[in-house]
Amino acid sequence: MADRGTTLRLVLIGLVSGFFSALLGVGGGLVMVPLLLLWVGFRQREASATSLAAIGIIAAVGVTLYAVRGHVEVGPGLLLGIPAAAGAVVGAVLQQRLHPHVLSFAFAVLLAGVGVYLVVT
Amino acid sequence: MIDVVIAIAVGIAAGIAAGLFGVGGGILFVPVLSLVFGLSQINAEATSLLAIIPTVAAGTWAQQRYGNVRWGAAVVMGVAAVVGVEAGVQIATALPESTLQRLFGLLMIAGAAQIAWRARGKSGSDSGARGR
Repeated sequence: MADRGTTLRLVLIGLVSGFFSALLGVGGGLVMVPLLLLWVGFRQREASATSLAAIGIIAAVGVTLYAVRGHVEVGPGLLLGIPAAAGAVVGAVLQQRLHPHVLSFAFAVLLAGVGVYLVVT
Repeated sequence: MIDVVIAIAVGIAAGIAAGLFGVGGGILFVPVLSLVFGLSQINAEATSLLAIIPTVAAGTWAQQRYGNVRWGAAVVMGVAAVVGVEAGVQIATALPESTLQRLFGLLMIAGAAQIAWRARGKSGSDSGARGR
């Protein structure tokens, strides 16, 4: 796998994204993707794809912990999650067709938008 | 009925964002679950995690076919994030949340600017090729 320096960075990115998602309720992806791009040198497509896989681990653990306390409502969850699964495939196919620079700009706009939202609210 | 329509529409939109940008979609799921379905904040966040699972599973599957997923990195970050969540929950009660939120927002804007600037630099260098 990766060398020790990269592994250490990945561990720190994971810690920071988990920390802020617990604290602010924003998804880990908005933390992982920029840090993978700027700090580990991933390309845009790799960063977003790897972020999705990592979020799967976080969500699986999180939903299990919440479910045993009875906080998970399966009906509404699936009503959102099943259409979103179809959307995610469309998004991934679309991403593959977009120029990486266009994708980076669009992601920067999304990130800045959420950033402004966090500053003003 | 209208809540079902909203859920499906927002679900598709969040999924597209997930596939495109590598985010889970929770930022869209949580408001819909609390405002449209009337879930409490904690139930909305918990249920959002459930909705995220099929979203990222499908997105990862699609991305895997393009060879974009780096599994080793994903597992390292995912496991570390679980530890980070625990730390975040502990510290959330001890620190002024609004200050941290603003600081975090500013960091995001700075990161966005840097990503946009880099993309701009690169597209500038191949604009010559486009002009041929």
